[in-house]
Amino acid sequence: MTESELMDATKPEGWNRPPAVKLDGEGEVLEISMGPHHPSTHGVFRMDLKLDGERVIGLKPEFGYLHRNHEKIAEGISYLACMPYTDRLDYICSLTNNWAYALAVEKLAGLAVPERAEYLRVILGELTRVQNHLGAIGFLIQDMGASGTPLMYAFREREKILDRFEELTGSRMMCNYMRFGGCRVDATPAWLDGVRNVVAGLPAFVDEFEALLRTNEILMARTQGTGILRPELAINAGVTGPMLRASGVNYDIRKVDHYGIYDRFKFRVPLGDHWDVYDRFMVRLLEARESIKILEQALKDIPGGPVMDPKAKIRGFRPKAGEAYGRIEAPKGELGFYLISDGGPNPYRYRVRPPSLINLTVLEDMALGQNVADVVLILGSVDIVLGEVDR
Amino acid sequence: MLGEGILKGLAETARNFVGSYFSAERLTTVQYPEQRIAPIEATRDFPFLVYDGADWEAGLRCVACQICEKECPPKCIYIEKSTGKKPDALGKPQFYPARFDIDISVCMSCQICVEVCPFEAIKMDTEFELSTTDRFGGLLYDRKELAKSNEHYHKIHPTEAAAVDAHLAGEKAKADAKTKAAAAAATAKAAASAAPPAGGGA
Repeated sequence: MTESELMDATKPEGWNRPPAVKLDGEGEVLEISMGPHHPSTHGVFRMDLKLDGERVIGLKPEFGYLHRNHEKIAEGISYLACMPYTDRLDYICSLTNNWAYALAVEKLAGLAVPERAEYLRVILGELTRVQNHLGAIGFLIQDMGASGTPLMYAFREREKILDRFEELTGSRMMCNYMRFGGCRVDATPAWLDGVRNVVAGLPAFVDEFEALLRTNEILMARTQGTGILRPELAINAGVTGPMLRASGVNYDIRKVDHYGIYDRFKFRVPLGDHWDVYDRFMVRLLEARESIKILEQALKDIPGGPVMDPKAKIRGFRPKAGEAYGRIEAPKGELGFYLISDGGPNPYRYRVRPPSLINLTVLEDMALGQNVADVVLILGSVDIVLGEVDR
Repeated sequence: MLGEGILKGLAETARNFVGSYFSAERLTTVQYPEQRIAPIEATRDFPFLVYDGADWEAGLRCVACQICEKECPPKCIYIEKSTGKKPDALGKPQFYPARFDIDISVCMSCQICVEVCPFEAIKMDTEFELSTTDRFGGLLYDRKELAKSNEHYHKIHPTEAAAVDAHLAGEKAKADAKTKAAAAAATAKAAASAAPPAGGGA
């Protein structure tokens, strides 16, 4: 049995080997280690590649370099003290991590969130999504070799959003803002006006970004038809977020789970039709546009009132025994927190469902039969953050 | 036409390049040590201990209750309670921290200690230029290095500090009213207990 036959044998029924891969005993299999410090690999992440010439015939991801024992630490400290640790999961999008964790604890403790806090959460969550998607596109283009320019344009806009985060929460990236039953501090009218200014400038920037990239022939040649992820495989592997939607599956937790107040906003869910890297790039761009629409609606309707549930306690918070799963549509996919409480001040079990890690499991299937140079591109299109993969 | 997309992209790049000479929107880099951005009021870096009055040791608001030490997520606070007591701002005798250390090389600036403190004694500073050549002792701050005046707090977080002062003044007024009422009750009781023998004598 040749090596490629052996590989086929380990795959499930109905798995389609890319037709170009053939190993007839003439050449040699070259094994190379990609990473862990290659700047294009999005952090400390290593891939063991098996190559037949330029073609990838095997890929084994190696991670854990950034493992920080997040879940076990959380079981030893109070519910509130876990909150700043969630910032450090997906460190690009700390506010959506806060939101998912707060949602799980609110379910556990039966806390209600005031109207104004819900609106603030939506505003912050969508700002996070815009800056994540623009950054992800910038990194994807960087992986293709366009080093710098698109990424720096994306980061210039991101900086404006991060400044708004700092004005409200005190920190640009490690926001630690949401609390069980609301938000930590109220937003001032001046802050809301600042956000309105930023949001008003965003559509023009997305247009500019699109003009810079979308019709670029090199980008199209590199990304179209590369790294195809079949919808059946995506569903079976538990892939979520823009990755899944780029494979043409209409699944957005904001639409199907009705968490928060997303029912009140009108927005569409962009879907991919070719399941390739270009679709993942376009889905993110279109999602950023939809997020801007949500932001405009939320900023128009935001009501006054308190931002914390009066029942919420900062000291001596002990939810009753039970278990809860809170999940949201984070910019990278379904981010969930599963908590078991035994009535004590700290969680009995604390489990994170990280979208980056689960989206990464299909990396080999997307990369088989592709060129080595495309592997970096495919990895870029998954949009991983190693803080969340390794925890 | 092949290359049209590339030219379109290059036009954007050119617009940004030329624009950076005219529009501040497109030239956002701050040349840090020489130029600085305006400080943002909500910014937080590392905690400090607030004291009232002129003497830092006597004016520390901290009563060594050790809640922050227990709640601190990375466990960077170390407190030793005093054996004796000293009067606090309300005049009540309280413990004080004989030792209060924060290892700011471990601190992750999360503000949990500030939120759990019932005495408004620990707040977040905005000082960020803290580099030192001694990475152990130099980054382990004791209570003298941590103590900063209420005026400093007012300077860095004016809105928040005003709210805290109003809250503390309210507490003090309540405590004063309580002691006054207690004193009045005590004198009334003393008067009452003194009165019967006088009445009995008559």
